[in-house]
Amino acid sequence: MSVTRREFVKQSSVAAASLAIAPHVLLADPAYQQGTSDVALRQLCMFALDAARSAGAEYADARVVRRRLQEVEVRQDRVSALQDVESVGVGIRVLIGGAWGFAASNQLTRPECVQLARFAAEQASANRKTGPREVYLGPIDASPDGEWWSPVEIDPFEVAIGEKVALLMAANAEALRVSGARLASSAIACERIDTTFASTAGSLISQYAYRTYPSMSVTAISPDGSDFQTRSSTEVAPMGLGYEHVLAADLEGHAREWAEQAVEKISASPVEPGEYDLILLPSNLFLTIHETIGRPTELDRALGYEAGFAGTSFLSPPEAVIGAFQYGPEFLNVQADRTQRGALATIGWDDEGVTADSWPIIRDGIFVDYQTTREQASWIAALTDNEYSHGCAHAESWDQVPFQRMPNISLLPGEYDHVLDDLIAATSRGILVEGAGPYSIDQQGHDFQFGGQISYEVRDGAVAGMLRDVAYVGNTPEFWNSLDMLGGPRSYELGGTISDVKGQPAQVSAVSHGSPVARFRGVQVINTGPGA
Amino acid sequence: MANLISEAAARRLCSRALNRVTAEAAQVQLTARNHSNTRAAANAIISSGDVTDTAMTLTAQIGRRSASVTVNQTDDGTLAEAGQRLDALVTHAPEDPELLPPLEQPVYENVEGFSQTTDELGADERADAAATLVQKAAGAGLIASGFVDRQAVAKVVANSAGLFAYHQSTLASFTATVRTEEGDGSGWAGTTHNDWARMIPPDALADRAIRRTQQSRGAADIEPGDYTVLLEPTAVGNLLVLFRSALDARAADEGRSRFSRPGGGSLIGEQVADERLTLYSDPADEDLLEPPFTETGEPVCRATWIENGVLRSLGYSRFWAERAGVAPVPIAGGLKLVGGTGDVQSLVSSVERGVLITRFWDIQALDPRSMQYTGLTRDGTFLIENGQVTGAVKNLRFSESLFGMLNRIDGIGSSERVVASESGGLGPAVVVPPLVVRDFRFTAVLDAV
Repeated sequence: MSVTRREFVKQSSVAAASLAIAPHVLLADPAYQQGTSDVALRQLCMFALDAARSAGAEYADARVVRRRLQEVEVRQDRVSALQDVESVGVGIRVLIGGAWGFAASNQLTRPECVQLARFAAEQASANRKTGPREVYLGPIDASPDGEWWSPVEIDPFEVAIGEKVALLMAANAEALRVSGARLASSAIACERIDTTFASTAGSLISQYAYRTYPSMSVTAISPDGSDFQTRSSTEVAPMGLGYEHVLAADLEGHAREWAEQAVEKISASPVEPGEYDLILLPSNLFLTIHETIGRPTELDRALGYEAGFAGTSFLSPPEAVIGAFQYGPEFLNVQADRTQRGALATIGWDDEGVTADSWPIIRDGIFVDYQTTREQASWIAALTDNEYSHGCAHAESWDQVPFQRMPNISLLPGEYDHVLDDLIAATSRGILVEGAGPYSIDQQGHDFQFGGQISYEVRDGAVAGMLRDVAYVGNTPEFWNSLDMLGGPRSYELGGTISDVKGQPAQVSAVSHGSPVARFRGVQVINTGPGA
Repeated sequence: MANLISEAAARRLCSRALNRVTAEAAQVQLTARNHSNTRAAANAIISSGDVTDTAMTLTAQIGRRSASVTVNQTDDGTLAEAGQRLDALVTHAPEDPELLPPLEQPVYENVEGFSQTTDELGADERADAAATLVQKAAGAGLIASGFVDRQAVAKVVANSAGLFAYHQSTLASFTATVRTEEGDGSGWAGTTHNDWARMIPPDALADRAIRRTQQSRGAADIEPGDYTVLLEPTAVGNLLVLFRSALDARAADEGRSRFSRPGGGSLIGEQVADERLTLYSDPADEDLLEPPFTETGEPVCRATWIENGVLRSLGYSRFWAERAGVAPVPIAGGLKLVGGTGDVQSLVSSVERGVLITRFWDIQALDPRSMQYTGLTRDGTFLIENGQVTGAVKNLRFSESLFGMLNRIDGIGSSERVVASESGGLGPAVVVPPLVVRDFRFTAVLDAV
């Protein structure tokens, strides 16, 4: 039996006692002001690297993360959630003899870092039991004094709770003025993630990331109580911005329209299943991009590293698809980008210290590259002629190990500056889908089913009545190759999700996807209603 | 091995934390955990982790106003700051007419959910388990992924009314996904329990996943439509966890649930499932072993939701119970569905033509009221003909009402504890039988393996 944690703590605590620092000394709050590097935390990370080297690490990185989440939720005219959650800790990752180890703790002390480093090294030793494994970390341009912060105009944590509650109360009241709208719920979630990172590759980086997410849903119930329909504000995306995003979302200003649409959905015509031309708004298409392009182009999935949970990829093996797979028409261009202003996966450096990158995933309809970390870059370097990581390493917080996560991945606008009206005018028999709804996709990102928030029939170049229970089904290659009309820059919007789940233990990440409005020819539509 | 906070130390810490709250009523909820894992993929261990954390949620209550702050540091400075943050929040919190004062000390059931074996499962033992799987799979020319997950947790609740609750438990799981090199076959097996020694041993688990993978090659097309299905216990567990949200009495009474009675009230007392099925929660059940109290210190006791197909109870919050004039019933304590005997093989022999399903994936709600869900089969889907498994079929998309499904039961086996989460990690205890369900609706055939 290996040395257990309790025994290890016992053995090392005496030796470490002389180094003890009271945690609160390291956690003095003024050190966390936006844009300010925390010297104490940087020193702790550098100490952790020394401890890792002493434990035998050939490579090591250390991250101190302080993550604060504040949520305010109002149902009807009552505050239903009001919470403030903060978590801070340090995680140390080591690479020894081709095996990784990772240990983390909420105790931000030097003695704890010594223990974590040794404990991670012990794991690395145990993890060699499945045989030798070569790990080559791609080259890196080290950043010895990096600093980055989200482009925040109004710090959401500086806005009084009372102001947030009043905003949500007003939005709910506005929705509930609509006859038939029975339940209104709205929320503001704000998150701040401060990360101090150091690696034996020579990087020392402090980053301050914000996310804000205003949201709302309105439920209408039929007069006889036999049916209800909900309209959620999925076109209001979570963003890597400050409170100014909450104000711009204007929940109160949209509440009436959403409530009216929820009511209208109850009496809307059930969709007749069949083939239709689909006009998808960015608020719907972002999720389809996420699932059908974002997921399959993760290299770990393609090579079976996520077979146990998140799944594999139809886009494999790499040697058969890079530069060869026809994802869609020639005007289909998809870009991965961790530098896009206000997007959720935008950052200065990834969790291996790699500078944020922007690169094509699909160029002129052809798949050209995957998403990679430093370890993964070498796996396909012969195919891409690139040993450098695309900077996709990410860990949810201090207590999770970094691994490959999705960057912002966006469909680039078309060459012609079409807007929604142009696509509608050019469509004789179609369905327009707005907002993200229930969906399901297989674990290889191939066969799917996507719903929306609201859908309309498009007939002879004009929007006809609302439809309900609409979902489009298909498979990824056929779907994207049916793209035949693309909006221009004026129709481009960012959508996003804060709940992309992957890995074991499962980690959640946030990612944005931009797109213009787009039309797809002859897509199969089904009716998802209970009687269908 | 975890060095979890002792009961005496937890009392002292909770007392210090409560002293930082200036409000008239306060609660502290503390979760101290040591969580470790080892993950294998592509026939090698690719990562592992060991995390120690203590999260503490302070809740303040002034009259009908309430707010919470969570921190994970326990020094005086952090507690003082948390107290100040809490004061600011609770002052701004509007009145909540449904807020009740903190509970006084109840009596809790004694639940022995802590296993020394699980607690001592170190990096070496986890790597041994993963290596067993990898070596067996590689020996069979297959590719394995495996995940060993283990935690030791101390849960503590204390409040200003004098309540104190403390419970230590462990939990482990081991899941194996084995694929063919060509990517044309995939199999899965999983096991979980509070006690690692009561789980399926790694070599037997590996054999099970490998056998399933070998059977899964050469999957044939079948037409979408209504089929009799034999759901393995894991597949039943994947669906049954979704049932939890339907157990809320308030949603039923307010007309928002499948258990709402047309015209008002709930369906308590009505037949809602096959008469052989009984569904209950019980923290002290030897297969469940869940904490005997909730996050607010409410005692969790045995609750029989469905008995012989009849809806007997729903979950009542303290507020809703007071309004309804009944005792509160927390929705906690795991889920156990029983009603039959026999293993999967014996049920196979009872099926003339049907589909055997190992597990589900990406289950999504289509219609909450009818409990209509869609999702996909994964890692082993087979055709049964004349009481025999005759070959693999492609994965299928289903669209099915859970409520309807429990009323179309043709066969029930013995219940066992399953890894019910799609992620293959740790989760609330779920104990379920294999079920034969007729007229289970498949809407599409998938190419994904």
